Amino acid sequence: MTEARKAILGQIRRALGRGPLAAADAAVLDARRPTHTRIAFDDDLLARFVSRFESRSGTVVRIGSLLEVPAAVDAYRQQHGLPARAAIARPLAGLSWPADFVHHPGPAGKDEVLSVTACLAGIAEMGSLLLASGPDSPTTLNFVPDHHLIVLHATQIVRHFEDAWAILRACPGGMPRATNIVSGPSRTGDVELTLQLGAHGPRSVHVILVH
Amino acid sequence: MPSSPAARPRVGLFATCLMNLFRPNIGFATAKLLEEAGCTVEVPSAQTCCGQPGYNSGDVDAARALARQVIAVFEGFDYVVGPSGSCMATLRVDYPKLFAGDADWLPRAEALAAKTHELLSFLTDVRGMKAVAADYAGIATYHDSCSGLRSLGIKAQPRLLLGAVGGLELTEMRDADVCCGFGGTFCVKYPEISSRMADEKTANIEASGADTLLGGDLGCLLHMAGRLKRQGSPVKVFHTAEVLAGMATGEGIGGTSK
Amino acid sequence: MKVSSPQFKEKSVIALADPRLRQALGQSRKGFVNKRAELVGALPEFEQLRDEARDLKNHVLDNLDHYLERYEAAVTAAGGHVHWARDAEEARSIILNICQRVNAKTITKGKSMVSEEIGLNDALEAKGYTVVETDLGEYIIQLAHEPPSHIIAPAIHKTKEQVSELFEAAHGGPRKTTVAELVTEARLVLRDKYFQADVGITGGNFLVAETGSSIIVTNEGNGDLTQTLARVHIVTSGIERIVPTLEDVALFLRILARSATGQETETYTTLSTGPRRPHDLDGPEEYHVVLVDNGRTKMLGGKFQDMLRCIRCGACMNHCPVYGAIGGHAYGWVYPGPMGSVLTPLFVGLDATYDLPNACTLNGRCESVCPVRIPLPELLRELRHMQHQQGIRPQGERRALGAWRFVAERPGLYQFANRLAARVLKGLGGSTGRIASLPFAGAWTDSRDMPAPEGKTFLELWQARSKP
Repeated sequence: MTEARKAILGQIRRALGRGPLAAADAAVLDARRPTHTRIAFDDDLLARFVSRFESRSGTVVRIGSLLEVPAAVDAYRQQHGLPARAAIARPLAGLSWPADFVHHPGPAGKDEVLSVTACLAGIAEMGSLLLASGPDSPTTLNFVPDHHLIVLHATQIVRHFEDAWAILRACPGGMPRATNIVSGPSRTGDVELTLQLGAHGPRSVHVILVH
Repeated sequence: MPSSPAARPRVGLFATCLMNLFRPNIGFATAKLLEEAGCTVEVPSAQTCCGQPGYNSGDVDAARALARQVIAVFEGFDYVVGPSGSCMATLRVDYPKLFAGDADWLPRAEALAAKTHELLSFLTDVRGMKAVAADYAGIATYHDSCSGLRSLGIKAQPRLLLGAVGGLELTEMRDADVCCGFGGTFCVKYPEISSRMADEKTANIEASGADTLLGGDLGCLLHMAGRLKRQGSPVKVFHTAEVLAGMATGEGIGGTSK
Repeated sequence: MKVSSPQFKEKSVIALADPRLRQALGQSRKGFVNKRAELVGALPEFEQLRDEARDLKNHVLDNLDHYLERYEAAVTAAGGHVHWARDAEEARSIILNICQRVNAKTITKGKSMVSEEIGLNDALEAKGYTVVETDLGEYIIQLAHEPPSHIIAPAIHKTKEQVSELFEAAHGGPRKTTVAELVTEARLVLRDKYFQADVGITGGNFLVAETGSSIIVTNEGNGDLTQTLARVHIVTSGIERIVPTLEDVALFLRILARSATGQETETYTTLSTGPRRPHDLDGPEEYHVVLVDNGRTKMLGGKFQDMLRCIRCGACMNHCPVYGAIGGHAYGWVYPGPMGSVLTPLFVGLDATYDLPNACTLNGRCESVCPVRIPLPELLRELRHMQHQQGIRPQGERRALGAWRFVAERPGLYQFANRLAARVLKGLGGSTGRIASLPFAGAWTDSRDMPAPEGKTFLELWQARSKP
């Protein structure tokens, strides 16, 4: 298919009335770091994150320390009548989970009901969570179970997408394979534009916010 | 003709095709308002059409030919003003595009465009008119014609002046800024679609509770009046200029209801 | 995909007579349009963001070759494969080859307009593959054997009752009657498919040159399940969907959902960069991107280059009163509404698409909401001009325009003709002041009265008044 490649690039250059860019011009483009207009909002990142995330039916519970995560998960589980079984991302597996709680690091199988993961960041702008794939964070945990619980430290909340990109760029090994920006439970409006949660992904996305 | 004092600008009134043929009253209302705004009004008899039918039907040559004619007839005036957002947008927005790259005509087209205004915009934005001495007993709703609204930014101006008309109550209909389905030749090329669009509009007019429909483009007004009358609606239809000039008397556009 | 645009008039008349379609379209107007207006009204930066989005797209198009090469290099560095397709056939054969090589049986698909454009489903099914659309709207129309009628809400023309019927026929009873039940049923049926799939095909909202990532923006999560669970992930995308950097992605994330569905953001934005890595527990083993030209480079550098800025948000059709009256199917190909009326003639040719640029009142509402400020009415007018030059416009219109020009270039004749018309039409109007039926003008008077003139023209009256 190198022939098609050549033809398409050639046609683009003919249409633009020039040959390939000179090295100096290409270098200018490669160095380009645009600063687009960002959406202004007040300085309370935490309040912004929570209000935007909850506006799309995301839920948030606040706890005082990471050690309280198992209790928060168990409370959620019991409140929703879920079995004592979950896919739990590796960084959280070492917490003291109840003795009868069965968990595994993923991937999530077809009948997985509950997952608990960490995340890279919260983005205050629109109330979103940034999750990156890897052995510690399998992507299926974010999409397959009915209930996705995400542990977020208050200090992880950044202001704009641009701040989240800085975190991505700093990932060891470069850009993660899958970067998921999750802004609430799965939804659809495809039948008569009637909003319905839980189209294919989680019906419920619950943030466990650690202060 | 006598030369006007600097304080009284000479305005060439652009007599749009539809107004000239269907509703001269709008032309006289326009002249009256322009005089009230301190202008001297002249109506060049050598004028015809702005060329928009050709432009919108792909016949750019015909559009250019008529544009040259309009430019030649009107370029001596201080301003060119007409009671239509659609025609005036052709002069103001489209003429410079038609002559892009034409060293002779582009400057003339741009000069004309710069002094061309739709009536309501001219009265308020250029002449600073804020009130009129007119009365109209009725509840009116205003339809924003598309060209005036989106090409010339006419939205607040008519509402400002209509608000000053004694006895007139202005009520907003839903989707006042959505096309009525006229669209020049569109309404006869696609009559079924056009009529459905008109139905949406007349339903919104009826739901507004208004007894009078006002607007700034006669094409749209003829279209909406035609559909209203066919539906047996008692709503009267006038051009905004007719109300502002105190000349909205009689049965309005489309005549009596039966 | 077959082109039925020549039947635009017939299909639009049928659509107008369909009460269920009217009901469905009425709902969409309320939904998308009002929500967008609310959000945009609350965002003072929005107009500035539109300017920046337009400028950024122009910058990309001016340097498209460079950014495509950078993108390709980044995808390759991440372990993915980039394929180039000049046209639909080439794109289909690239994808068929991959499916054959990996011994695929079941293929799941996220929503992709490019895949509709290249007629991918028919080609895959002809080779015996089981193809499952996973976006709920796409799934509904796949069951109905219909093309999408909207680029972001493909089944917007279907009522709940019609979906109930389709699901009952496909999945068996008992018949589901609420939206919640219907969505749950689709969820269960499609869940199995994701896990069975050998190949998952998605579109790409954006391709990031800097990182080699393809991006999908969805609400349902179906695209993510499609691309995560299949062994092989194939992205189909137009070559113009490149953006240089992640910063540029942020700009589009601020305007896309607001323009498209009237949401602040859609639920999921996913950046995919290459295949599964050595220690990953999930993700596809292979990652392919098919870059499709299919007529796009022909638009570059010409009068229609602005159209290549399109980000496929659907705001133009949501706000188009013609689309709102007839829905998407009458347009007869993949892309409906204003953007489709520009793209379809350019992609499939002017001859088969006469009506598309003409079935528009040039009201400009589409341009007023386009997030990348595409001058859609101007482009439609330009297509009319091309039709005129190529002699595609009807003879009757050409003759009428010729006569109109002849008269309008002669002011004396023009005024005489107007005076005559004013008198004749007034006579026809009689005492009512309007004309209910007029020979040769049935297209107007079949559904509307024609207000009658007053009997004399304005110029005539003005001249009479001005004489001493």
